[in-house]
Amino acid sequence: MPSKTTNLPHFVAPVEETPLVAIDSVKVDEKPSNLWIDAWRDMRKRPMFWISAVLIVLVVLVAIFPSLFTAAAPNNNCYLQNSNGGPTAGHPLGFTKQGCDVFARIVYGTSTSLSVGILVTILVAVLGIVFGAFAGFYGGWIDSVLSRLGDIFFSIPYILAAVVIMSVLSQYRNVIVLALAIGIFAWPSTARVLRAEILRVKNSDFVMASTALGVSRFRILVRHVLPNSIAPVIVVTTISLAAAIVAEASLSFLGVGLPSSVMSWGNDISQAQTDLRTNPMTLIYPSIALSITVLSFIMMGEVIRDALDPKARAQR
Amino acid sequence: MTIGRTADDERPILEVKDLQVGFTTQNGVVKAVDGVNITLYRGQSLAIVGESGSGKSTTAHAIIKLLPGSGKITGGQILLDGVDLTAKSEREMEEVRGTGIGFVPQDPMSNLNPVWSIGFQVEEAIKANGIASGRKAVKARAIEVLKEAGLGDADRRMKQFPHQFSGGMRQRVLIGMGLAANPKLLIADEPTSALDVTVQRVILDHLESLTRDLGTTLLFITHDLGLAAERAEQLVVMYKGRVVESGSSVEILQNPQHPYTQRLVAAAPSLASRRIQASVHNEQQEIEVDHADDSAAEVIDLLSTAEARAEAVEAASHKEPAIVVEDLTKVFKIRGSGNFTAVDSISFQIARGTTTALVGESGSGKSTVAKMLLKLEDVTSGKILVGGKDLASTTGKELFNLRSRMQPVFQDPYGSLNPLRNIGNTIGEPLQVHGVGTRATRRARVLELLDQVSLPSTLVTRYPNELSGGQRQRIAIARALALKPEIVILDEAVSALDVLVQAQILRLLADLQAELDLTYLFITHDLAVVRVIADNVCVMQKGKIVEAAPTDEVFDNPKEQYTRDLLDAIPGASIELAS
Repeated sequence: MPSKTTNLPHFVAPVEETPLVAIDSVKVDEKPSNLWIDAWRDMRKRPMFWISAVLIVLVVLVAIFPSLFTAAAPNNNCYLQNSNGGPTAGHPLGFTKQGCDVFARIVYGTSTSLSVGILVTILVAVLGIVFGAFAGFYGGWIDSVLSRLGDIFFSIPYILAAVVIMSVLSQYRNVIVLALAIGIFAWPSTARVLRAEILRVKNSDFVMASTALGVSRFRILVRHVLPNSIAPVIVVTTISLAAAIVAEASLSFLGVGLPSSVMSWGNDISQAQTDLRTNPMTLIYPSIALSITVLSFIMMGEVIRDALDPKARAQR
Repeated sequence: MTIGRTADDERPILEVKDLQVGFTTQNGVVKAVDGVNITLYRGQSLAIVGESGSGKSTTAHAIIKLLPGSGKITGGQILLDGVDLTAKSEREMEEVRGTGIGFVPQDPMSNLNPVWSIGFQVEEAIKANGIASGRKAVKARAIEVLKEAGLGDADRRMKQFPHQFSGGMRQRVLIGMGLAANPKLLIADEPTSALDVTVQRVILDHLESLTRDLGTTLLFITHDLGLAAERAEQLVVMYKGRVVESGSSVEILQNPQHPYTQRLVAAAPSLASRRIQASVHNEQQEIEVDHADDSAAEVIDLLSTAEARAEAVEAASHKEPAIVVEDLTKVFKIRGSGNFTAVDSISFQIARGTTTALVGESGSGKSTVAKMLLKLEDVTSGKILVGGKDLASTTGKELFNLRSRMQPVFQDPYGSLNPLRNIGNTIGEPLQVHGVGTRATRRARVLELLDQVSLPSTLVTRYPNELSGGQRQRIAIARALALKPEIVILDEAVSALDVLVQAQILRLLADLQAELDLTYLFITHDLAVVRVIADNVCVMQKGKIVEAAPTDEVFDNPKEQYTRDLLDAIPGASIELAS
């Protein structure tokens, strides 16, 4: 066999072309970045983030300062002489059959819908994080007990459960009871998401390194494992806020939510259904308010999810 | 063998001309491969060598046009037997893949679909290449392919699933699939990097004889210079997307011209631990003259590190041992199939200030020993004494104090640091947990530690994901040193790093040992690294220590067959180097 190896040309690139750099040198002047900082930098560049953020801020402002948006009185803005009246100055969306100002009712109903949403979300997040974190991190019998408990709650649709609870507690219908009724059965999905994430993170080498340092189990959970597992929970929570607002509207619509004296979008929609033919706008306007609010929270959830999971984004 | 030179022989089977590959990122197009030229003749073998990020795998993927979504060939030509592949459509490429170019991927664990049987997957490859038609013919060919690939009982194993195969056997299956259609060219991307050294050797031997018998031209990618030189006639050294040196492998190893190649040759542990050391010395001086800037300081001279340690060992052998392990056994209960003895009554001692390496292949139980020493895993039976104290009876406050005297550094630089805590907090955590000093003194200590591991103090506010593997490993070392421990347990601490970075970290470890009188337990699968870091070696096989002796004795005069096998499997050991 002819020995080709000996007459192979020995090529050497000029050193100037690829100057050697120090082995493993540090880029000294870069800005700090971690998952959250990166996610924020990424979100900032997206129009969808800004649209949903502006909408959410607007909804929150309306909820806190309704009187800035309408001149109508908060409690008594229904005058029968205005029944089914069209838009007039100061009442841009017209009146219902009862002569109530549609716009004013939407404005005052915002705080009800939003508080139910926020209360449910807090409840779901707290229960979900506590159950999910303990079950995932400690494992063993704690996991068995907590997970089975979650499965029991999970097996009952939370809307159905809320209908039952609200029917039983018909004397105590208010925002807090309604939020409890929805939230008490809605947390298991959050707990499951967190538990799965914690199972993944708790086997990391940095957890082992901390254990070897003598850091206590609980501190490892709070300091190292939880912060690294919380991202999917935030996504789920943002979307569950939207779901809770829908749940409130559904329950009020069914007549088991808040009493009709309380202004809420669900009640507005419920009351408007009888006039669907004569004055459909009384139903459509609160529905639009509901849709925009829900949509902006879901959009925000999507943006956050994309920002936290660059891999999913790249594959699109 | 006599092969006449024909016209076919004169034309290269593969010619890559001025290849450019770019990746689209958020910050525009990044060039991963920039003007690469490769010429490969029929029946030859060529290895592309480089560190991670050098563009070696991208080049290989570009040749068969299997670049990931954001990658694109932006210029140049790829001629396979004179036909330009860059102009071919995806459909036409499907014809080329398999029959024109075979491909063996890097990771045998993830490249076989776990839900289909091995036979199904091989048959699929055969059908896709149109080598055989008809159920029986396809099956017969599949068995043939697997037999060629070295699976003797192929007809029986056809129905088995990937998880029933070891890593080596899976890689054989993948090699068989790559060669199923008798391609003109076989590209193997780090075909054995995920395997144990002894398995690696068998697989590479087999690959070599297979390609020789079939007349297949072989192009393979590796990060291991020794392996490349041993297995390929031709070498292409890549650095930052460019070819810095290419030619006959023996010539490049004996006479590296480009400063980067010189660096690589000097740092490759498999070569450096043998006879290359003398020539490195000369080379280093030359470079100092040529490039008086930072590059000279970066050439790592492993010999001097080894010499410095030899003196320290001599002094230490008279002191009381830092770690004593007696009859240590660990039995894991496995659901359904009884017990598995991971560690089988092993005993060893480590003198204060010295390094003992625990060497073994995957599954030998070496990491379990580390976890038991760190009390991260319970001991089944036997005794561990740390500084004369029995580890088993140490609990609560005492254990907490003991932990500060014994610290680990783990293998995976990407997993061992909490990604959400900045470097300052990470290094400072041990101090905080053990309540050492005030906020100000802790901060000062963090800066001192960063300095000890040669990292700039500006890193304090930064996060792990901004750092390279080597830098993260330095941070892990700094964290381990924060409490001024006496013992550091290094579990494959340099295995995931590029050779140059690896050599740098090894030197850092040696310097720190000399400075702080540290005792190291160095756990590794890589015997080549052992020679440059360890004073004593324990060779583990299936949970037992089969040989324990001073490093030089193990290397020069191995007693056990297994140790000899391991030593023989170090790639590049057999290469003659001119001094």
